[in-house]
Amino acid sequence: MRILVAMSGGVDSSVVAALLKQQGHEVIGATLQLYDHSGPAKPGACCAGRDIMDARMVAERIGFPHYVIDAENRFRESVIESFADSYARGETPVPCVACNQGVKFTDLLNMARDLGCEAMATGHYVRRVEGPEGVEMHRPVDRERDQSWFLFATTREQLEFLRFPLGEMPDKAHVRALAEELGLDVATKRDSQDICFVTNGSYAGLVEKMRPEIQGPGDIVDEEGRVLGRHEGIARYTVGQSRRLGDIHTGTGERQMVTAIDVPSRRIIVGPRQTLSSDESRRTVRLRDMNWLIDAPAEGVRCGVQLRAREGLRQALVRPLEGGQAEVRLEEPALPAPGQACVMYDGDRVLGGGFILADR
Amino acid sequence: MVQKTILQQSPVYLDANATEPLRPAAREAVLAGLEQTGNPASVHAAGRKARIMLEEARRQMAAAFGREADCCIFTSGGTEADTLALHGFGRMEGRTIFIGATEHDAIRKAAPDAALIPVDGQGVIDCTLLEEMLVTHIAGSGDKPGPLVCVMAANNETGVYAPLRDVAALCRRYGAFLHVDAVQAAGRMREQDEFSQALKDGSLARASLVLSAHKMGGPKGAGALLLPEDRPLSPLLPGGGQERGRRGGTPALALHRGMAVAFEESQKQDWAMLEALRDELESVMVQAGAIIMGHGVARLPNTVSAVLPGVTAQMQLMALDIEGYCVSAGSACSSGKVTRSHVLEAMGQGEGAGQAIRVSLPWNVRATDVRAFGEAYARMAQRFAERGLLRRLASSGGTHG
Repeated sequence: MRILVAMSGGVDSSVVAALLKQQGHEVIGATLQLYDHSGPAKPGACCAGRDIMDARMVAERIGFPHYVIDAENRFRESVIESFADSYARGETPVPCVACNQGVKFTDLLNMARDLGCEAMATGHYVRRVEGPEGVEMHRPVDRERDQSWFLFATTREQLEFLRFPLGEMPDKAHVRALAEELGLDVATKRDSQDICFVTNGSYAGLVEKMRPEIQGPGDIVDEEGRVLGRHEGIARYTVGQSRRLGDIHTGTGERQMVTAIDVPSRRIIVGPRQTLSSDESRRTVRLRDMNWLIDAPAEGVRCGVQLRAREGLRQALVRPLEGGQAEVRLEEPALPAPGQACVMYDGDRVLGGGFILADR
Repeated sequence: MVQKTILQQSPVYLDANATEPLRPAAREAVLAGLEQTGNPASVHAAGRKARIMLEEARRQMAAAFGREADCCIFTSGGTEADTLALHGFGRMEGRTIFIGATEHDAIRKAAPDAALIPVDGQGVIDCTLLEEMLVTHIAGSGDKPGPLVCVMAANNETGVYAPLRDVAALCRRYGAFLHVDAVQAAGRMREQDEFSQALKDGSLARASLVLSAHKMGGPKGAGALLLPEDRPLSPLLPGGGQERGRRGGTPALALHRGMAVAFEESQKQDWAMLEALRDELESVMVQAGAIIMGHGVARLPNTVSAVLPGVTAQMQLMALDIEGYCVSAGSACSSGKVTRSHVLEAMGQGEGAGQAIRVSLPWNVRATDVRAFGEAYARMAQRFAERGLLRRLASSGGTHG
């Protein structure tokens, strides 16, 4: 079949393209240009200018057409600007979810359809399974590289059209060996990591540059408003974190954690970690922009939820609400960060998820 | 290694304005030039032989445009020749620069602060506005040397000719120096076209001209700047003083010979046949929903610039490439990203500036290929219409520019 492969120029998507070509498919490679490369490129993140050339070289070597798609404006609006907006609201956004949701699985996917493709493949580590009631999303075989949390917002319609060949790979070494075998120059290229558009290592610096109104130091206070210390800028804090709180634990005698970020007053609100982790009132979380990969049961579904990119599962009951929202009742109290994703799992299967709202 | 599983037909090349296929006679000339060991600057026998070959090519090129041999500076291509002219006549002589709004980046990037001469909806330089600009400039310029006016003979995207005789007359009247980028026009000359007419009646005798070998069916990497007279020019590359101190570096003898021969061959071409094929193709494209840019005015015989309303140029290029047709969009950056056309923007096309492709028939085009392309284009438009992308205009008569 005619299949479009989203190529970053890295080893993973290159292997996907080469494999599909080897299987006899008509492969079309496409690389999104997400930002202007005339500035200093960031090696190791997924979209530097050199990566476009790498993708083209792979396509030329394997023998399929490759195109560079200008997605700069869309990426700036739908990912970078909303990333900054979210921080300016005191949230902790997940830009990779926004990018997969918009630029990749909406725009590029539509383009694939317009070009008469029957599917679109990416180098993501997640499995697409044809279930008895339609297509399902599962964690990949290689748990080390599981990207399912970042892909929870993929709709069932999109999933129908998508292919993730690397979901079946046992490990990264296997993928690199395949790249070697296929004669790809990118076989030894380093993996991408972090947020691709943050070029100097400081996302807080970028956010402060884009939203100067939130820049500047402020107070760290307790829940009663008593000043415990000072901070360098609210963009450096996430609800639930204990780092960057200086020596305030020595004053309070207890280890503290961030419980809220008050943007207008530029205050970081903290509370004692021990007390919070057993605070019974912190068992309910509200989600917005839900994406259900099952038919949402009105009575709710018992499942495991993952509240951060790298964290274990917590048992919960998730119940759909009006307006694309949902309520999560956790078995144990937790302090999730607004803006982050809450993804629901049943074993390996992703059931859906939503974005954590600030109001409990 | 991966085996190619699908045997692909070789693609149909319809992107002559990007680069023409090499003409066999030019290829012969290049190969003969490559056999020549001597450096044209050397005093010994081998050097002298190379020198004679180079000067023969120079004399040929200069004569074709009514100049003395010493007026011809060989360069690495059109961009270098344009940059050299703007650097020499503009910056070094302190002239104010006016450039056409649809000029190639070779000019635009070399004169980033230049004032733009507007074009009309068909892409033709507006001489009334040019005159106003010159009058205003002269009133306020004091003792400064006359301005430099840059106008391309024929546009690379639309093929539209500039009214060179009128522009030249204005330049004479107001003491402006005229520079003409003739990269697209020079290798496709017909007796009746504006560029040929302006050369013939002496309008361009005081203008500098730029040529590029590979747009005539010669090799890539060679071009020329033809000065109106043998005069000094501040070089970009001083080097060893080659080209009478105006362009340092050992000349690419083989490539410049190839250029001279390619030009000669281009003059034997049956352009009327190409133009008839082009016109036939345009009517097929219009039937499919396209709007032809500059349709109402004189254009290069091989060029089609067509907007398909609602469909990005990127999408059209991909769809056609997949079908095996090489065409292009307004401008593509080195990474391959397709950007909006500043040419069509200057023509007031707005959204259309991101929805146009350029089809430019090469000198060796086959009628069957052009017809097959027309069918592929119509099928593509049909599919985009079915997917709800294509906007069919109520007045899609196609003659609107």
